[in-house]
Amino acid sequence: MSAMLDLTLKIWRQDGPKTRGAFKTYHLKGISTEMSFLEMLDILNEQLIQLGEEPVAFDHDCREGICGMCSLMINGQAHGPETKTTTCQLHMRRFHNHDTIVIEPWRARAFPVIRDLVVDRTAFDRIQAVGGFVSINVGNAPDGNSVPVPKVNADKALDAAVCIGCGACVAACKNASATLFVGAKVSQFALLPQGQAERVQRVQKMVAQMDKEGFGSCTNTSECEAACPAGISVEMISRMNLEFLKATVVGAT
Amino acid sequence: MSLNAEQTGSSDLVSRVPSGPVAEMWDKHKFDLKLIAPTNKRKFTIIVVGTGLAGASAAASLAEQGYNVHAVTIHDSPRRAHSIAAQGGINAAKNYQNDGDSIHRLFYDTVKGGDFRSREANVYRLAQCSTSIIDQCVAQGVPFAREYGGTLANRTFGGVQVSRTFYARGQTGQQLLLGAYGSLMRQVGLGKVTLHSRREMLDVVTVDGVCRGIVMRNLVTGAIESLAGHAVLLCTGGYGNAYYLSTNAKGCNVTAAWRAHRRGAYFANPCFTQIHPTCIPVTGDHQSKLTLMSESLRNDGRVWVPKTPGDKRAPNTIPEADRDYYLENKYKGFGNMVPRDVASRNAKQQCDAGRGVGTSGKAVYLDFAEAIKRLGQKTIEEKYGNLFHMYHKITDEDPYQVPMRIYPAIHYTMGGLWVDYNLQSTLKGLFVLGEANFSDHGANRLGASALMQGLADGYFVVPYTVADHLATSKLPPVTTDSREFKAAVEEASFRTKQLLGIQGRRSADSFHRELGHTMWDYCGMSRNAAGLEKAIGKIRELRAEFWTNVKVLGHDHELNQNLEYAGRVADFLEFGELLATDALTRNESCGGHFREEFQEDGEALRDDANFCHVAAWQFQGDNKPSVLHKEPLTFDEVHLTKRSYRE
Repeated sequence: MSAMLDLTLKIWRQDGPKTRGAFKTYHLKGISTEMSFLEMLDILNEQLIQLGEEPVAFDHDCREGICGMCSLMINGQAHGPETKTTTCQLHMRRFHNHDTIVIEPWRARAFPVIRDLVVDRTAFDRIQAVGGFVSINVGNAPDGNSVPVPKVNADKALDAAVCIGCGACVAACKNASATLFVGAKVSQFALLPQGQAERVQRVQKMVAQMDKEGFGSCTNTSECEAACPAGISVEMISRMNLEFLKATVVGAT
Repeated sequence: MSLNAEQTGSSDLVSRVPSGPVAEMWDKHKFDLKLIAPTNKRKFTIIVVGTGLAGASAAASLAEQGYNVHAVTIHDSPRRAHSIAAQGGINAAKNYQNDGDSIHRLFYDTVKGGDFRSREANVYRLAQCSTSIIDQCVAQGVPFAREYGGTLANRTFGGVQVSRTFYARGQTGQQLLLGAYGSLMRQVGLGKVTLHSRREMLDVVTVDGVCRGIVMRNLVTGAIESLAGHAVLLCTGGYGNAYYLSTNAKGCNVTAAWRAHRRGAYFANPCFTQIHPTCIPVTGDHQSKLTLMSESLRNDGRVWVPKTPGDKRAPNTIPEADRDYYLENKYKGFGNMVPRDVASRNAKQQCDAGRGVGTSGKAVYLDFAEAIKRLGQKTIEEKYGNLFHMYHKITDEDPYQVPMRIYPAIHYTMGGLWVDYNLQSTLKGLFVLGEANFSDHGANRLGASALMQGLADGYFVVPYTVADHLATSKLPPVTTDSREFKAAVEEASFRTKQLLGIQGRRSADSFHRELGHTMWDYCGMSRNAAGLEKAIGKIRELRAEFWTNVKVLGHDHELNQNLEYAGRVADFLEFGELLATDALTRNESCGGHFREEFQEDGEALRDDANFCHVAAWQFQGDNKPSVLHKEPLTFDEVHLTKRSYRE
């Protein structure tokens, strides 16, 4: 059953990419435990508008955990305290009356802040653009059943492909490493027959672009896996490392 | 009240449907369409607005062919488009299950499912393209569900009696969109597509009567920018958010389509909105959106309510004898798999009769106990794991243990900008793809058909038809320095400043919520003439208040989400009136458009003598009644009959 919460929010406010930001404290009363975390922020913003203060900018869209747009550090945890949960799926029933909640944007050199809690994640797009695909033009495809894919491989490939591209892995990592994100895409195609033709080049190009974007090295502490709302395993990083090693030893032919 | 329908325009709509047997039309038409030679394609620039399934697939395909493409998205990345949230699957007439499927059957099911208000030729082409879509997606590395032998798996969806739906758990839209996104990003990497992210289209620009570009706001810097090209493709989705609460993402809006409409593109069948039967019920006034639970769940979930109104016992303690599996009892041939409009209407009827469950009484059960017993929890988890997880997160109830509570919600919009067989709108040079157009789903869309349509339009239809436009139209060089572009930029800047200048007392959100209440109460699952007239009056009042009392803070030269939102709400306030007007004018019930005055045994009662047409509305100016044009619909292949799912 629903209860009402009084909360203190400490929210990162920053006017623009080049201005200095700071935490600002807000008090909210009567927040229903049935609300989602973002609905709580909606209420705050409605109150700010009434007070003549500019509302807090934050990214969100589908509000059902699949688009990867929402992106908040909540009390130091990417997407908040629950496992396998995006910020938009987090509900206020997970908080207590009189809690103080600290809300920050993703912090990573490769994800610069645009405003308040909104960051620029286009680095992920640029990594995708160098290899996150199978080079097949429309019109060239053989019949869908012409190449059988063992069920276990298809399932594993899907386990990798469910990445929502939110960047929580980067935000959770002390080194702001993107290896879980890249590892997931590399693994998806390494596991499928359709990905074989470009297997060597794909891992080399994606890893090179990842480094170029300013993401750090893997810390091997698995914070990324713990933060990932899609439940992607660090096995993806191992597979990427193996693929990279094989590509380096065997070389691009 | 002046009934807009009385001011009917001439039937000057040219559908360009080819002559001859429907099965041969598309092949014949493809041959008749003019081509652009491979070495000439690089001389043309095409602007694609929206990067969902329709937009991403169109942009990728056109770039692969050699055109220069601009891809525009309001998101930070093309991958965020709301196609990503489609859950259940995509239909294709592969007949891999050897269960009697064929192109003709998919065509037949879709025309019937749409309650005979779609264009036969378009639907047939859609069914033809469906098989190639699966091939293309498999080749892209989309990890569809497989059988142990390595072949593709299928399941079934509402309104059909074959298994033709391909899927990837409950996240098929995500996997298909990521496939299309990969193809798009490959072209970005190759330099054939220029990506404009965090840009919102505010207007289309016409030069000598031909659409030649767009005006857009850079959402990061606030700058009003423009792009010029040889054709513009709108792939900007549906208008479900006119109802405020819907399964759409928060950013989904009608602005791009509405702005094009104001410039001359007719809007077709806006009253055809789809109310999805299985969504998580509303919990309170704070609610910001509704979450869908895929129709595919009805493969294994059974819908029921207690037989006795007001029975408050916990669901697992209610014995079988006291439950009414009302869909199974009433629709013997289809059971829980009736089409969405039928399932929604029945859920409402049960709740209206006092048999609804949950605290609000506005819900029915979707129960998996029998399926879990039959197949085991692991199998259910493999099929629907992410949906069960999502339900658990939102409601704090475990659907493996207790039945889901579900209620209908606005989900998809079958209406959209009118297009001819080439997907070209009444504004020459402006093409409309996917949910943004009106053409394929009639008055009700069958499950797993939206993904099919978006990708058919983008991968397999528009690459041919755009070429014909480029080859046959006079398209003199145009730049964004031209008078027409400057005027459109000026207008968009003015409107932005106007919104900031009102400095009233109410937030854009409060206007949007009020509009949503009006739309749902009077133009929702059940409509009548008096209610619709009332809605039109209320919307007009609200719109007038908006322009004197909205409060938008901040500036135009920065990231200002509140400003973006206010612009979208302003367009919904114009569009909502057209939707209600269309619903008032269509004096029949069909598919999702249920007029209380026209029914038989609680089912929709069509009036084929008077309403077997597409209603295409022409904009006449602010606060002026729109003019109605009618495109007659003919059914040569699937004969007009009463739609029944009882046998």
